[in-house]
Amino acid sequence: MELSAYKLVGRIRAKELRVEDYISSLYDRIKRMEKSVHAYITLTKDLALKRAREIDKKIERGDRTGRLCGIGIAVKDNICTKGIRTTCASHMLESFLPPYDATVIRHIDDEDGIVLGKTNMDEFAMGSSTEYSYFGPTRNPWDFDRVPGGSSGGSAAAVASSMATLALGSDTGGSIRCPASFCSTVGLKPTYGLVSRYGLIAYANSLEQIGPITGNVEDCALLLSCITSHDSLDSTSVNKPEEDYTKHLIDDVNGIRIGVPREFFGEGTQDSVEKMVWNGVLGLEGIGANYEETTLKSLQYALPAYYIIAMSEASSNLARYDGLRYGYRIPDKSYDWGTVFLKDRRFGFGFEVKRRIILGTFALSAGYHDEYYLKAQKVRTLIKRDFEMAFKKFDVLIGPTMPIPPFRIGEKVRDPLEMYMCDVDTVPSNLAGIPSISVQCGFSKGLPIGIQMMAPPFREDVLLRVAFSFQRNFPTLAKVRDK
Amino acid sequence: MKASGTRIGLEVHCQLTNLKTKLFCSCSSDYRGKAPNIYICPICMGMPGTLPVLNKKAVEDAMMVAIALGAKISGEMLFFRKNYFYPDMPKNFQISQYDKAGGVPLALGGFVQIDGKGVRIRRIQLEEDPGKLSYEGTIESSTHTLVDYNRAGIALIEIVTEPDMSSPKEARLFLEKLRSILEHLGVSDGSLEGSMRCDANISLKGGKRVEVKNISSFKEVERALSFEITRQKSLIERGLGVGQETRHWDEVRRITVSLRTKEEEQDYRYFPEPDLVPFVITEEQTRDIERRMPELPDKRRRRFIEQYHLLPQSAEILTRVKAIADFFEGCAKLYNKPIDISNWVIGELLPHIRDKSIGIDELRITPKHLVDILKLMDDGTISRETARFVLQNTLSTGKMPYEVIEERGVKRVVDRDYVKKMVEKVLEEHPRAVKDALVDRKVANYLMGKLMKMTEGRLDPKLAGEMIKRRLSELSKSATF
Repeated sequence: MELSAYKLVGRIRAKELRVEDYISSLYDRIKRMEKSVHAYITLTKDLALKRAREIDKKIERGDRTGRLCGIGIAVKDNICTKGIRTTCASHMLESFLPPYDATVIRHIDDEDGIVLGKTNMDEFAMGSSTEYSYFGPTRNPWDFDRVPGGSSGGSAAAVASSMATLALGSDTGGSIRCPASFCSTVGLKPTYGLVSRYGLIAYANSLEQIGPITGNVEDCALLLSCITSHDSLDSTSVNKPEEDYTKHLIDDVNGIRIGVPREFFGEGTQDSVEKMVWNGVLGLEGIGANYEETTLKSLQYALPAYYIIAMSEASSNLARYDGLRYGYRIPDKSYDWGTVFLKDRRFGFGFEVKRRIILGTFALSAGYHDEYYLKAQKVRTLIKRDFEMAFKKFDVLIGPTMPIPPFRIGEKVRDPLEMYMCDVDTVPSNLAGIPSISVQCGFSKGLPIGIQMMAPPFREDVLLRVAFSFQRNFPTLAKVRDK
Repeated sequence: MKASGTRIGLEVHCQLTNLKTKLFCSCSSDYRGKAPNIYICPICMGMPGTLPVLNKKAVEDAMMVAIALGAKISGEMLFFRKNYFYPDMPKNFQISQYDKAGGVPLALGGFVQIDGKGVRIRRIQLEEDPGKLSYEGTIESSTHTLVDYNRAGIALIEIVTEPDMSSPKEARLFLEKLRSILEHLGVSDGSLEGSMRCDANISLKGGKRVEVKNISSFKEVERALSFEITRQKSLIERGLGVGQETRHWDEVRRITVSLRTKEEEQDYRYFPEPDLVPFVITEEQTRDIERRMPELPDKRRRRFIEQYHLLPQSAEILTRVKAIADFFEGCAKLYNKPIDISNWVIGELLPHIRDKSIGIDELRITPKHLVDILKLMDDGTISRETARFVLQNTLSTGKMPYEVIEERGVKRVVDRDYVKKMVEKVLEEHPRAVKDALVDRKVANYLMGKLMKMTEGRLDPKLAGEMIKRRLSELSKSATF
């Protein structure tokens, strides 16, 4: 079952493959692999098979079918699914049943996609390794001793191990691209405002987007086309005509101007990563693109600015989890409300979440607000400006997605700063709101390396074209073969 | 209650009660008298993943208020989060506005005229109302707190004044004027319970600023401020000084209680609401709203003076409450005797409203009722006294004036025989007064009074006067034998 969604849709519509058989085979695969990988928190097999039979009937009747006709999709567990528990990998929301679907879920349904289950992640999307999950870590399908990246680790691992054909993740500071890179998949963080955030449980609202994690660039374009829309429920969603991104899948980079910012190869970048990404750039030059080294000075402040803004917003977003209306509630209720809130939050949240809430609260406090939050916002403005300048000269900017290959489980959990450092190359796109894709670049000592490409706002078309050309001309193994 | 150097500023919260839905979701805002927690949805309950969407009508209403108060409207609406934990707030932050850290409220400046004095407005902003907490019995005795989120997310405007008022009475006058303005705009109905609430800042010469929270009505404002002035004055007189603090008005005990001192002030950690994009307000929009603005109390007052030739004072009183001004104009349209109508409204209706402390909408009388009574009086069918009686009766029963007159037989009596009989009776009952009246004719007025009292003012006064005069002169003739 290593076919792309693109090809599967063709076979299903041609009645060469029944949706029910295909979905069943995915669950068989899950049954074999899940014990080792642990990509899912919740599986929705009965619902999925029921939906599969409905779509099979549609096809039999000759009804019109959606663009995701029967395709099995894994959904990150911070995207609300009506009646299906949505946990954010937190004890706090362990039994939370949303009474609504996220807008992206409604789109998937409209396009006849099938939700297979909800995938594991770092609690409230705070992390880069999927180790900070209340339900235990996900393992990298390429090496079970290593992390799949995070925070959308379950989604990327599910696609890489063929436990899902497509997946949805969310990206606040790299949470789609990091696991895409670590699991040798494709992950796209769309332009801020392109995909509705309605139903995405917020970590840092001004930074995050929902996006596809897929085995290849074609599937990425297909899924992106299905989830982009103007949504009146999300005031930050942009009102622009819907686009079919698959028409930008053109193998032609002639005349494309590539900028390679030095800041993406800073301290902490492993040699093997640097070498492979440069090979990728040179490869693109070989098929007609031009490249030039460049510099975006403000990027040196991106990481601290990102963490201050993200944690500040998080400290406010996560205030609502007090156990009063939903979520974890201490068994003994005979306290005043202040004490109940305190205890619910003490026991309901994990360690990393509490760390970020405390730091964010501090950064917004009177006396520190100007020094931290406001200064971070100023840095953000500078970074945006630097990208604007760069995109006057270049069509795309290229660098590594992650400075290092996938690390061992447990290697960084004790040193949060070292963990935060992993996001150095992914956070700039979130601060600037620009689209950014991670594509397979190759393997180093058996571990996947990803190449990151960035484009100006709403130029997903350019991004997909360059990424498609790259993948077509320099193919890399996308999925784990059966052992 | 006026103390030298008293400075009072108000922070008024008014619900935009004419809106059908809440500020950031499509839940009904008509929550009064409804079962708890029925007008709620994932958005106003702040459930995970939901996002606010701004009610544009609320912005228009708030702009109208800003224009009416002469405030300068900002070019864009920016919302900020005000963070604090409280069980009545589903998100544990309130979406509000802020005037620091890059924030700007909906409008700045403005002015309200009260009793020949101006009160400056500092800022006007739009925000969401929290839910409502209630207790079984009292706070102290209740074992738990009940939360009703029907009110959570209702659109609220906050109007902050400069400390330009110098007495509790001025504070009340300001609030009355503000309420009249909002009612004339049709954006907020001040008669609805809890639709207008306020916090007051008060400082006396030699003391620091004290904020008093939890004042639920205009009457309470005067009480709370008077209490505070007395309390602060005595502290200052005893040389104890007044420190900056926040106090709570206890409506039951009618005292203020310290909530927190300056050192314990809450840090709300304001920052821009990332889920709402800045809402741009164009000058075109502002002009468009200006064009659609209804007549405001000050303009209406001037028009009453010009159009109806009312005394300035009468026009001022009538326009203090929109419903009363409307009532007056309703009458004036039916009967072209505006000055009489104004006298009756001010002299009869308003005292009734005050005594019963009810709203004019609770009166069981329409302009037609009053006009009917006045017409009956003017054509001589009933006396002025009877007219008063009929009005009071109509007010208390809601019956049509004609019905009251028929039922009580209070039609003015013009039957000469009957009047004559009554005159005889009065004269018989007051022989000493008759004797005096024969000497001093002015005492006849006393007899007239007695006559009217005996007949409950139903006799035609002209006829009765003539009859008394005639009878007295008959008596004086017969007495000269």
